[in-house]
Amino acid sequence: MKAYMSVCKLRFINGLQYRSAALAGMATQLFFGFVFIMIFVAFYSRSTVPAPMPLPSLVAYVWLQQAFLSFIMLWFRDNEIFQLITGGNIAYELCRPCGIYQFWFAKLLAQRLSSAVLRCLPILLVAFLLPEPYKMGLPPSPAALALFAITLLLGLLVIVAISMLIYISVFWTMSPAGSMLMFSVIGEFFAGMVIPVPLMPGWLQNVAYALPFRWTADFPFRVYSGQIPQAEALWGILVQLLWLAALIGVGRWSLHKALRHVVIQGG
Amino acid sequence: MIELRGIGKSFKVAKRSAGLTQALKALFVREHTVVEALHDITFQVKEGEIVGYIGPNGAGKSTTIKVMSGILVPDQGFCSIMGYTPWKQRTAYVHHIGVVFGQRSQLWWDVPVIDSFELLRDIYRIPAAAYKANCELLAETLDLRDLLHVPVRQLSLGQRMRCEIAASLLHGPRILFLDEPTIGLDAVSKIAVRQFIKTINKEKGVTVILTTHDMSDIEALADRILMIGGGTLLYDGTLGELRGKFGTQRTVTVDYRAHAQPLDVPEASLLSWSPERAVFSVDTENASIADVIARLSRQVELIDVAIETKPVEQLIVELYKEHDV
Repeated sequence: MKAYMSVCKLRFINGLQYRSAALAGMATQLFFGFVFIMIFVAFYSRSTVPAPMPLPSLVAYVWLQQAFLSFIMLWFRDNEIFQLITGGNIAYELCRPCGIYQFWFAKLLAQRLSSAVLRCLPILLVAFLLPEPYKMGLPPSPAALALFAITLLLGLLVIVAISMLIYISVFWTMSPAGSMLMFSVIGEFFAGMVIPVPLMPGWLQNVAYALPFRWTADFPFRVYSGQIPQAEALWGILVQLLWLAALIGVGRWSLHKALRHVVIQGG
Repeated sequence: MIELRGIGKSFKVAKRSAGLTQALKALFVREHTVVEALHDITFQVKEGEIVGYIGPNGAGKSTTIKVMSGILVPDQGFCSIMGYTPWKQRTAYVHHIGVVFGQRSQLWWDVPVIDSFELLRDIYRIPAAAYKANCELLAETLDLRDLLHVPVRQLSLGQRMRCEIAASLLHGPRILFLDEPTIGLDAVSKIAVRQFIKTINKEKGVTVILTTHDMSDIEALADRILMIGGGTLLYDGTLGELRGKFGTQRTVTVDYRAHAQPLDVPEASLLSWSPERAVFSVDTENASIADVIARLSRQVELIDVAIETKPVEQLIVELYKEHDV
């Protein structure tokens, strides 16, 4: 366990080095937050049917998306791991007395954590200080806030488990581009990153609910604004745990298979 | 300590000839060739030995190292190292071995060397006291003190390689696999690395298996040579035996005061001649060098005599040739 904590720590420290990337990221995410909210405000003011989600909840949804982008984005990648596989440096990882799955999981987790820690607070601070309707609201109760924190962290674990599958697929495809693109286009759409899930048509919502992706983003963000009531949130946590177990199971099994016939690339 | 019996491993390689038509054809029909990387490899290594593992590029050296370090699963054969089967009991086994791949890096690129070392300490669960002692010893013998706090990206290749070797020995392994540890190093670093390998072998009794293309590595270090070519083990013996087999030829070069007539030495064959210098080849199995020189000194006034043994490099080339690899 200590080994995984240690690699997590080292990766975290490593990630904190990139300050200018964080600054640039913050600016981009504030910009996107504004644009998205502007579009939704325009839609809401012209809408003739009752909105499926109140505007303040939607604004919080958008700001949380931007603040925790590195928690929920599938394209967020660790090129080092891709290079390990395609370049053959995995040889070294394989002669360590620890499980590759856990080891990479810890690395990826730390990478997302360090990136989010640098970005989320300033973005949230700005979002809280903005004038209406751009202002981000507080959660309805401390319980909602606590549930949000739990579901967000579980969502982080789910997304790392999903992204592990992308890395493992590289053992067969030898290029990250394809699986990266497929996973991120499909995954991010069904996580509600393009259109918030409540605004999708009913049948599409059903598809989104059947996939693991919305549990990483859509679900915690709606728990925050109380749009998902607490009792339902508790059931949701159970579903998150089930998805997590299933994804880790599949990941470990396929990694095991990959390593049985691994070819160390490049001599 | 190490025993391999009948290890075999083959890879499937997709192939196609050059050109557009071939490329289009390959979209539909893939042709594969099976490359037999290892064929019936059998050898044993005793504790405390230094074994040089040589062979031309693509002979299967690295593949053998990877099988022995538990990274690759062979198709067939038996391998027992310190009682473990490397690819079956990988995590338990790797505690006892250290591996250096000369062409790869195990250090984290953007952080100081010491951070990588501390990560390895946690990965191998090295007790604090042992880690400290090992770290001191390695820093001392490999001269790393000034390097430990420098980010890896700022190290030269030689400095990095010394750190890589130290990183592979932090957990005090009993066996060290070195896959081309001196590749790309300058003379000073090479000698430092060799000296160090000798030291840990003598003082700590670490068994060392190293692959290299640099025959002076072999000359300086290895008691025993294993030669592989085309996936098959071709030679197993000491460097002395190899010399005995191929190295009975000596080249004798003599300088003398100008002498117009060609020299007459029946024991040796004349390679070149000028009024001041002659070069002979002597087969020490048939004639003694002393006799040749004695005969020469009776005919001319010798100024200088140089006797050369065939370099190891040359011996190896002949060995490769003999086995047609």
